[in-house]
Amino acid sequence: MLFVWIAVLGALVGVFVSRPFWGGGATVPENPEVASLEAARAAKYREIKDAELDHKSGKLTDEDYGRIDADLRREAVGILNRLEKAHAAEGKAPASPGTDNG
Amino acid sequence: MAAALIGTRGDRRWVDASRRAAYALFGLMLICVIVIEHAFLTNDFSFSVVANHSSEATPVFYKITAMWSSQEGSLLLWAFLLSVVSTVSLRLTRNRLRDVVPWATAVMLGVAVFFTGLMLLGGGVNPFATLATVPVDGTGLNPLLQHPVMIIHPPMLYTGYVALTVPFAFAIGALVSRRIDAAWIRSTRGFALIAWTFLTFGIILGARWSYTELGWGGYWAWDPVENASLMPWLITTAYIHSIMVQEKRNMLKVWNASLIVSSFALALLGTFLVRSGVLQSIHAFGDSTVGPYFLGLIGVVVVGSTALIISRLDILRAPRKIDSLVSREAVFLINNLLLVALCAVVFWGTFFPLISELLTGTRSTLAAPWFDRYTTPLAVTLVLFTGIGPMLAWRRISWQGIRRVFAIPLVVAAATLVLMLIFTPAAESAWALAVFTLAAFTVSALFQETWRGAAARRESSGRSMAGSVWDLMSRNRRRYGGYIVHIGFVVLLVGVAASSSFEEKRDVELRPGQSATVGDYEVTYIRPTVDRNDQALIFGAILQVDRDGKQFTRLHPTRQYHQVTDGRTRSIETYFDGEATSEVGLKPGLRSDFWTSVEPNTRYIRRRARMADDRFRGLMVVLSRKVRRDPSAAPQVADFAADVMNRTTDKVLELYPQRNDTVTFRVIVSPLVSWIWTGAIIALLGSLFALWPTGLLGRVGARIGARLGDGSEPVAEPRPSAPGPSPEGPPVSAATGEES
Amino acid sequence: MDVQRKRQVRLFVALGLALVLATGLIYTSFNASSEARQPTELSQAVPGKNYEMTGKVIKGSIRKTKSGIAFKVSDRDGSGSLPVTYSGVVPDPFREGREIVLKGSVEDGVFVGDKDTLVTKCPSKFSEKKNQ
Repeated sequence: MLFVWIAVLGALVGVFVSRPFWGGGATVPENPEVASLEAARAAKYREIKDAELDHKSGKLTDEDYGRIDADLRREAVGILNRLEKAHAAEGKAPASPGTDNG
Repeated sequence: MAAALIGTRGDRRWVDASRRAAYALFGLMLICVIVIEHAFLTNDFSFSVVANHSSEATPVFYKITAMWSSQEGSLLLWAFLLSVVSTVSLRLTRNRLRDVVPWATAVMLGVAVFFTGLMLLGGGVNPFATLATVPVDGTGLNPLLQHPVMIIHPPMLYTGYVALTVPFAFAIGALVSRRIDAAWIRSTRGFALIAWTFLTFGIILGARWSYTELGWGGYWAWDPVENASLMPWLITTAYIHSIMVQEKRNMLKVWNASLIVSSFALALLGTFLVRSGVLQSIHAFGDSTVGPYFLGLIGVVVVGSTALIISRLDILRAPRKIDSLVSREAVFLINNLLLVALCAVVFWGTFFPLISELLTGTRSTLAAPWFDRYTTPLAVTLVLFTGIGPMLAWRRISWQGIRRVFAIPLVVAAATLVLMLIFTPAAESAWALAVFTLAAFTVSALFQETWRGAAARRESSGRSMAGSVWDLMSRNRRRYGGYIVHIGFVVLLVGVAASSSFEEKRDVELRPGQSATVGDYEVTYIRPTVDRNDQALIFGAILQVDRDGKQFTRLHPTRQYHQVTDGRTRSIETYFDGEATSEVGLKPGLRSDFWTSVEPNTRYIRRRARMADDRFRGLMVVLSRKVRRDPSAAPQVADFAADVMNRTTDKVLELYPQRNDTVTFRVIVSPLVSWIWTGAIIALLGSLFALWPTGLLGRVGARIGARLGDGSEPVAEPRPSAPGPSPEGPPVSAATGEES
Repeated sequence: MDVQRKRQVRLFVALGLALVLATGLIYTSFNASSEARQPTELSQAVPGKNYEMTGKVIKGSIRKTKSGIAFKVSDRDGSGSLPVTYSGVVPDPFREGREIVLKGSVEDGVFVGDKDTLVTKCPSKFSEKKNQ
């Protein structure tokens, strides 16, 4: 009896796990290069926002903020440019909605 | 047994199939857990785990939870939780991290294979092992563990440990596939935070249990098992902070990789220590048979990961360095070093018995004062930097800015110091005084931060102050959740500092009617009490506590004597051979806790119990002769015997309140202990706040609701809501727009 | 160049601090620790020196004294017998026949336990049986 149960369970697991091999819809993962840049961009945006908040709450003087903000934006633009290139290389339109929400 | 099916699939490269294997693992583990729980609930003593950890008399609630009080059960729980977190994390990343996920899956399933394999082959730890002869009744659950706190404590810690597997697995995946970027951090940051939350909760519950149940009146003793849970917590705390530096500044990669590997290794070590007899501990519940396997796994993890990190040094080296010492990343780094130093101290102290045995041949141990000597200054410095960190901006800040943010907190701290010196006896302990002062500094700094941010927000939005504060906080959940956690942590440390420095402890012997003075309180022993339930005899004492001549409270500490249920003939004396547990009489307060425990004087009762037992045995001889003559009378005779037994027990117990014996009490007046629990709750709320709305549930919910594609990020973060990779996302859009 | 120099200085300061901490740890731990002994090994104990004694409470030896309790312990294998006095909290699981750990020193052939350092190992009753 126990043996039957184990066999049934085993079969179920086998079918479930091997499904992708006989034509189940395989997932299409995103391009790692793009994903990496998108994550970097999200982090950079957050950094810009953080600096803005720090400035508003008085932690950064106008002078400090101006310098840091300029740096951050330069870096952000760099990332955006690379991202655009990566998208172009992939042969996709630069706007692939939903890959990121940053 | 079903678990055997899982094993071999771990290494399959085909990503979807391996992910499905993780889902299947979850399903199978669920079945395993259900089978075991079913056995516990139906008292199926043919399972040895049930026979050894439950009994007919065990309350239902504890039957459900008895699973993880056993070694087998806790391994099963580990494996089950692991299957849960791997399923969730793989589900969330199913369209992401193409290069990293296969390796991460392999790591997680590899760990799963270890645990399931251990249960099946490790010898004596198969939760499904059955007994050849089925006992009539089980041994019962250790009464010390029959406490609500002790029931949630292990699963909390385990969830924390297990959740660490996710960032660890993904870190390994990122290292192997050479994709060390912001992407994998994003996908696993949430799990690190979840792990931290559960660890915190678990540790605090353990402390609380120790405080209210163990009868010695402390919450922390630097016991190896306590240390085992503290070490991964320290490292995880460090990791959560330094990973932000990596995310933002692309620095400290080697450091972070090492941190996550050590925290996972320490989590395994924690599981191992609790279950092994390697170190003397109050909590070492028997010797473990799985020690060597665990050490093997830890060895593989440490050696393998170190080799991997070294082989990837070329891409881990930071392209950038810290700009200035006066920046948030620099403070984070200092905090990291402090946390790691703390961990090193704890590690050294915990393993000193082994180290000294190795070096000198004799096993030596270190006691609490040694730990305190190092941890106190480190913790105090940590509080200081906890305050400084959030006040600094990333990158660098000019002296003018520093003056602007530090002025008020410094004034508040100075004022606190002066007030403390004038109005309280805090000056007696320099360290406690330092903690109080720095706490004032830190808390005021955090409030000032929030206030200024909200004020700026109000100016631009024109809303009320309260509205602006809420608005600000809910838009920056990660930041302000973090602040809340920091406030909680500081409150907790204030509680620790006060209660450890200014505790008044006395052991007093009192007869009914006598009193003793402890601190500002007068304790009077009113009368002894006695009671019994299905499992135990309960002796207690009613105490009246007066303060300033007025009644302050009445307390009822008790001590329960649990009957042995190992098949011996039951007698009254067997209650005293079993376990005894304390129920403390506690009057918690904001200013101080009044804590009492009692050690009843049972000598007289035990003598009477022996006499009654002797007479009862005589009765049983007569009765069994009668049954031999007339076997059909057996049920009636059994009922009669049980009834006599019950009545005799009650009779004997009735004698106790009539006695006038001296009883030993331990009385502790401990200031600000409740701050520890309050601080912990604040910290937990803070991390919930950081995790909640954009956390797992919120994300999944939002995704189902809005069909927004794969916004599957298990992380709470205050991100601008702009969808898509367009650079024009508010509120950053304004910023980037201006520039061009 | 200057930045490079500064970084080197910082690194050295950090390493120096780590070294100080490490030496401190090692030095104090050997000083503050107490050696672990079983009762029979304590027969040649240095008087006044602190030890951590591990032993089994001998059946029927527990007595109450004015200041606390007195009992006798043997080695884990049952050999030897060492009188012990102790004051302070007696942990819940403390019983005859159980293994205890106690810090203290030997005075006139009696092991005097330090207050509140008595640890009773949780009885293995709850886990041992499955091995039988």
